[in-house]
Amino acid sequence: MTEEIIIAGFGGQGVLSMGKILAYSGIMQDQEVSWMPSYGPEMRGGTANVTVILSDDKVSSPILTEFDSAVVLNQQSMDKFESAVKSGGYLLYDPNGISQPSERKDINIYKVEGAKIASAMGNAKIFNMVVLGAYLKMKPLVKLDNVIKGLKKSLPGRYHNLIPLNEKAIIKGMDNLIEVQKL
Amino acid sequence: MKELRLMKGNEAISEAAIRAGCDGYFGYPITPQSEIMEYLMLEKPEERTGMIVLQAESELASINMVYGGAACGKRVMTSSSSPGISLMQEGISYMAGAELPSLVVNVVRGGPGLGTIQPSQSDYFQATKGGGHGDYHIITLAPSSVQEMADFVGLAFDLAFKYRNPAMILSDGAIGQMMEKVEFDEHRPRFTNEEIRKNTPWATTGKTPDRERNIITSLDLDPARQELHNIKLQAKYRKIEQNEVRFEKIVCDDAEYVFVAYGTSARICQKAIQLAREKGIKVGLFRPITLYPFPKNEINELSKKVKGMLSVEMSAGQMIEDVLLAAERNIKIEHFGKMGGIIPSPAEVVEALEQKIIGG
Repeated sequence: MTEEIIIAGFGGQGVLSMGKILAYSGIMQDQEVSWMPSYGPEMRGGTANVTVILSDDKVSSPILTEFDSAVVLNQQSMDKFESAVKSGGYLLYDPNGISQPSERKDINIYKVEGAKIASAMGNAKIFNMVVLGAYLKMKPLVKLDNVIKGLKKSLPGRYHNLIPLNEKAIIKGMDNLIEVQKL
Repeated sequence: MKELRLMKGNEAISEAAIRAGCDGYFGYPITPQSEIMEYLMLEKPEERTGMIVLQAESELASINMVYGGAACGKRVMTSSSSPGISLMQEGISYMAGAELPSLVVNVVRGGPGLGTIQPSQSDYFQATKGGGHGDYHIITLAPSSVQEMADFVGLAFDLAFKYRNPAMILSDGAIGQMMEKVEFDEHRPRFTNEEIRKNTPWATTGKTPDRERNIITSLDLDPARQELHNIKLQAKYRKIEQNEVRFEKIVCDDAEYVFVAYGTSARICQKAIQLAREKGIKVGLFRPITLYPFPKNEINELSKKVKGMLSVEMSAGQMIEDVLLAAERNIKIEHFGKMGGIIPSPAEVVEALEQKIIGG
């Protein structure tokens, strides 16, 4: 198994940390992983994206131009990465802030109301965990208990009191994945 | 017991330095390598091992602090990215002349000038041909994974002290910024002053009655003596070329073609190999790990067995000059690369192989 993933959105949405938690979860499941962020001018007040690869084998190129699955969280990222999903691949988006969803007919498309769910839960910061939950429902690459272990590894000790909230957000995301188009 | 972590390449360098018994780090921040000093500052190595970490006022100050530490027999290092490394060239040349072991890490970004903060491999000439003035070389290691970023720190120090010569880790922004799994060795204790006196009898550790003064300098105004010094340096470089070549070959056994690539480009080429082999093209990868000393003989041997070689670099084509010098000239050898901080995609690499080598 090798899954090549792009996660893209605005800086501050938690794109990079979502990728990091996914990568840590992969490690907890004995997978090989890589996490390659954008660190260029685009992240300085603009879009941020990260390529995460989970694999049973050694990861070859950490930098890619096409992906097995994409998580897009704003319109710029939809415009940039919609065409980068491999035919037959998976696309997940949050309709909040995306006015023009994908029109591709050759990929699986899902959505999750991440922003709405997070604010209903009373903490906008757990948005990325809602999206991660939805992603893992769409692509069950790692088991939930490994994600929690990954969270523990990824978060500094002083934030460990927030792990139950993050777990709740992940489960909420899993429960609220909406199928838009299935091949 | 090895310890498993998920880390950026830059952070791996720092953790490895603490564990390699490094005595001091002196640096000045620049993207895309600032995490090296940030990690060290946060980690407070002076509490863990006694290692000193200092943000100097400039790159010039950093490299001269390294010169001073190395002259005292200490394991000292600095790091920077391309424009900062250019500023350090005077100090590096002086250290080569004075035969001072040290580690310089270059997390390369696109140039020339201030260029861009994105990854590049356009400092190959500077690193391998002696970037400053005078006839000299520094030992140059090119990691292609976060694990190698960690592993090469101890190796670079060992080689630097073995040959009394500066060593460089030539990385790039992609490997510096990406996170991968990394396993760390146990801590190697820092050398005590007693051990330093024993291991590096040439160092300026304070004169004792039983020996002459130790003088560390690159200056000798007597041309005859300066010539002798240069002859000695050249003999040392030949020894390094004989003993320290490192490389990796990936699926070269049945290969009709090979990519020659190091660092990030070598990772791109591994994916390109998968794509090409799905199309039935038998291609392998030759990855120089030491860029100086360059694996000339191995390239030459390989060139007798394959139909063509593609040197894949994130530059206008620098390493290809060494490939051309090393290889048999009756096969097709071309360069493919991107400049200015652009990383080629695996598909573009395969296309270049098809157009420039197979079809060319």
